[in-house]
Amino acid sequence: MSRRVVITGLGVAAPNGVGIGNFENAIREGKTGIRFQQELKDLNFSCQVAGKPEISQEILNNYFTPLQLRGLNSSGIVYGMIAGVDAWRDAGLDISGKESVDWNSGIIFGTGILGVDKFREAIHLIDEGKTRRLGSTSVIQTMASGISAFLNTRLGCGNQVTTNSSACTTGTEAVLMAYERIKTGKAVRMLAGSCGDSGPYIWGGFDAMRILPQKYNDNPGGACRPMSATAAGFVPASGAGALVLEDLESATQRGATIYAEVLGGHINSGGQRNGGSMTAPNIEAVQRCIKVALKEAAVDPKEIDVINGHLTATAMDATEIRNWQQALGWGGSEFPIINSLKGMTGHCLSAAGSIECVAAVLQLKHNFIFGNVNAEDLHPEIEQLVGRDRIPTRTIEKQVNILAKASFGFGDVNAVALFKRPG
Amino acid sequence: MESNEIIYCLKKIVAPYVQNEPAFENFSRETDFIKDLEINSANLVDIVLDVEDEFNIAIENEAMDNMLTVNDAVKIIKRKQEEG
Repeated sequence: MSRRVVITGLGVAAPNGVGIGNFENAIREGKTGIRFQQELKDLNFSCQVAGKPEISQEILNNYFTPLQLRGLNSSGIVYGMIAGVDAWRDAGLDISGKESVDWNSGIIFGTGILGVDKFREAIHLIDEGKTRRLGSTSVIQTMASGISAFLNTRLGCGNQVTTNSSACTTGTEAVLMAYERIKTGKAVRMLAGSCGDSGPYIWGGFDAMRILPQKYNDNPGGACRPMSATAAGFVPASGAGALVLEDLESATQRGATIYAEVLGGHINSGGQRNGGSMTAPNIEAVQRCIKVALKEAAVDPKEIDVINGHLTATAMDATEIRNWQQALGWGGSEFPIINSLKGMTGHCLSAAGSIECVAAVLQLKHNFIFGNVNAEDLHPEIEQLVGRDRIPTRTIEKQVNILAKASFGFGDVNAVALFKRPG
Repeated sequence: MESNEIIYCLKKIVAPYVQNEPAFENFSRETDFIKDLEINSANLVDIVLDVEDEFNIAIENEAMDNMLTVNDAVKIIKRKQEEG
């Protein structure tokens, strides 16, 4: 029997807000999390702006034991723990005691690459012939699944505990994988999310590809311009988002707050064929992903109020809008309202999907549509496709019933999820 | 360095790794790191690194394997210091 799946907890560590309250205020106000990074300037990066969550030592002490903090040098684990533990607590769930295992709960927490700074430490020691000086912390902070393992030290889950990885699709994929597991009755609740490290060793490769904006080093807030005529590339960023997905029956029984229902979605790949490549999407696959997601979620295109796109602030933004329009089968003034979080946060890469799913769910729960930052000079092609009023530049207070969230990633991979307002 | 001085330093070094606090209160020569203090065996390598830094010595792998109790550690540290 197919189970209904709802969201009962949220957590986030985003460049423009750490903690759900701060993050909600930030996205309502269009607050930017993109800042000038002296470190990148010193290293001769072309793009010297980036999005990085601001974490104080005081915050760290709330999420890690003194022992875990010793030699901790993996920013992705820091962000992931903050988001994941927050989401679990927000759902009203116990941080498990030492003795009990919760066989019905699991974790799917993705990442792109984890603990690069820790790995750098290890590389230096190994090259100096001092391998034994690595101690016990190197492996757990650099294995990809380190984040789900760290989280489970606190949570004590006994169902599937894993880490997925599909580039910038990772976070949305984690949500859909968790959804499937609960829908099919294999788990009662799952912590779904993703995280990504900060820093030059993560962002350098993108800088080298010359796909980041280079002319905004003195104007960080203006650097990331999704859907703008002057979009100059995505701004590298980092962080983590987390959502507790739960069987509706369980959530109702324990009187949990229900943020939204997950109606379904779809994950696919363009096979790196027919225009798709390592770095570009196969248009047919993107449209197919949207169409199949709607079918799986039993949603009519006309029911969609908001599309939270992938929309990274590159020349592909217009292509993405055209894909939505063609997949949904119409355009003009009836078209759903479109927004992109990346104007405020930058592109959080492997963490993007989960942070944006958190933003999506907050809009459904609290009746607003956040405005698009830096989209005043709308790309003419986008304006022609859907009309200017579909891309609000300021937050609108409005009830949203159904929201479609898309994430696309390197390797020609796609994920689309459909969320519905509770009740 | 005197044994009780070494024990005093050792107690400070192992403190963050201890999972059995009551046993830690009775920290003595006979205390076993894993059986009594319930220190995660993976953390023993970290304790050895901390001991090396604190006492400015190098502990080879064989000596490490025999470092099960406080008394073992004291003996190894003393020997290494004398080898200087």
